[in-house]
Amino acid sequence: MESDIKLIDDNGKRLDGRAPDELRKIKIEVGVLHRAEGSCYLEWGENKVMAAVYGPREALPRHTQNPLRAIVNARYNMAAFSVDDRKRPGPDRRSREISKVISEALEKVILLEKFPRASIDVNIEVLNAEAGTRCAGLTAAGVALADAGIPLKDIPVACAAGKIDGHVVLDLGKEEDNFGDADLPVAISPRTNEILLLQMDGHLTVEEFDKALEMAINGCHIASDIQKKAIMDKYQSAPEVK
Amino acid sequence: MTITPSIKRDYLSKLAEQGKRADGRTFNEFRKIEIETGLFSKAEGSARVKIGNTQVVAGIKILIGTPYPDTPESGVMTTAAELIPMASPDFEAGPPREKAIELARVVDRGIRESKIIEVDKLCLEPGEAIWMVFIDIHIIDFDGNLFDTSSLAALAALHNAVIPIERLRPDLEKLQEKFPSVKKYLEEHPTDYPLPLQEPPISCTSVKYNNAIMIDPALDEEEIAEARLTVATDKNGDIRAMQKGLNGSFTVEEIKKVIKDSIDNGIKIREELYKSVGK
Repeated sequence: MESDIKLIDDNGKRLDGRAPDELRKIKIEVGVLHRAEGSCYLEWGENKVMAAVYGPREALPRHTQNPLRAIVNARYNMAAFSVDDRKRPGPDRRSREISKVISEALEKVILLEKFPRASIDVNIEVLNAEAGTRCAGLTAAGVALADAGIPLKDIPVACAAGKIDGHVVLDLGKEEDNFGDADLPVAISPRTNEILLLQMDGHLTVEEFDKALEMAINGCHIASDIQKKAIMDKYQSAPEVK
Repeated sequence: MTITPSIKRDYLSKLAEQGKRADGRTFNEFRKIEIETGLFSKAEGSARVKIGNTQVVAGIKILIGTPYPDTPESGVMTTAAELIPMASPDFEAGPPREKAIELARVVDRGIRESKIIEVDKLCLEPGEAIWMVFIDIHIIDFDGNLFDTSSLAALAALHNAVIPIERLRPDLEKLQEKFPSVKKYLEEHPTDYPLPLQEPPISCTSVKYNNAIMIDPALDEEEIAEARLTVATDKNGDIRAMQKGLNGSFTVEEIKKVIKDSIDNGIKIREELYKSVGK
């Protein structure tokens, strides 16, 4: 492999021409599925993900029920054709872990106490993957929850920052993820800046981490504005219900 | 499976007696069909097909593999379908159940037996290296008639698919050192080229309830159906595959009627398919 690939040029431009603090293009469509109670299709660069929400409904099997609050079952799944080499269908260890951390992140912003013994099921399907699918998936899930009318304290949103060739940058692309030095996906509640999800791999100094975290939170706010605009666009034009 | 309340059954049966359907269609009319292709960059071919509110995404992956010992000179194709919980409140996560397996097998048979994919053109080195074609079907929104929607999505994705010479060039170059026929193959096919395909048959499904027969059942109609018949017809109006389902029965006249409606709708759907893939 070309490990000596140059990820950032002398003018500070990245492989795809982005500035260090620039996001890939994000496109969000709300309510794209007929059967699901809430749904969202999201493109984040070449990432293409879909999220659908069912519930609150009785949690099954029964032993998973919590008598005091609802549980959130997020299920992150990659389509077999979403990656270069065909992925075997069904959950693997990676997707189970991502499902767990996303479920936990979403639980923080949902008013769970309103629905004891219920489950809120969030299905995230990755149809085309190119670095940053968990952030794209969580961001889509936030929109789908709002579309489903689930009572939320905030619409959760995620974005990653990382380090390439010694520079801290926002929203790593494919090559940057493969050959970069560190990746830091972060999900926040944008109203309060509380951190809902945080993972990191690679190598960052404390100063670099501070900078990367700040950058990721800024990225989250940009993505959050796009989320809100997409939801407003759908519901502002909807006829008023009396 | 949800139990359709008898109220709904009575309502649909009464409408059927008047020659009507709940969504205003005639008995031999399909819902609106939308086909989009080439959506995903990682897949060698992809398509999204909507029939009414039913929505299916299909993706094709093409990889280098080894042939089966009994067919050393032909490529391999596999079809898998996932009824993911996104599509319906009744679908559960986990390994594919009966329903998903039946669906994948019916779609697989339609493509395999009609020889749409020219597998004998997918050989790189007899007995050693061939192209493997994986068709993966994702049901993302479920409102009935998965057989036709899935088959059409698979066909549209296949028409969009290319043999990924560029992506697998390092592997192919390694192979050509060992096998002279791969070298010749690479000279004949210097870059990506469309997957070799033949004329596709189009599958049309009809259901029967209360002695009425209607094509392209929506979910409500499917749930109260007594019998189901899928007919795949080719460009010449010949029959290429059939599958009857459920515990009801058809008379010979009814079967003939279903075949005629399937041929008529097959022609229209084939036009839509060709239009969407620019053929």
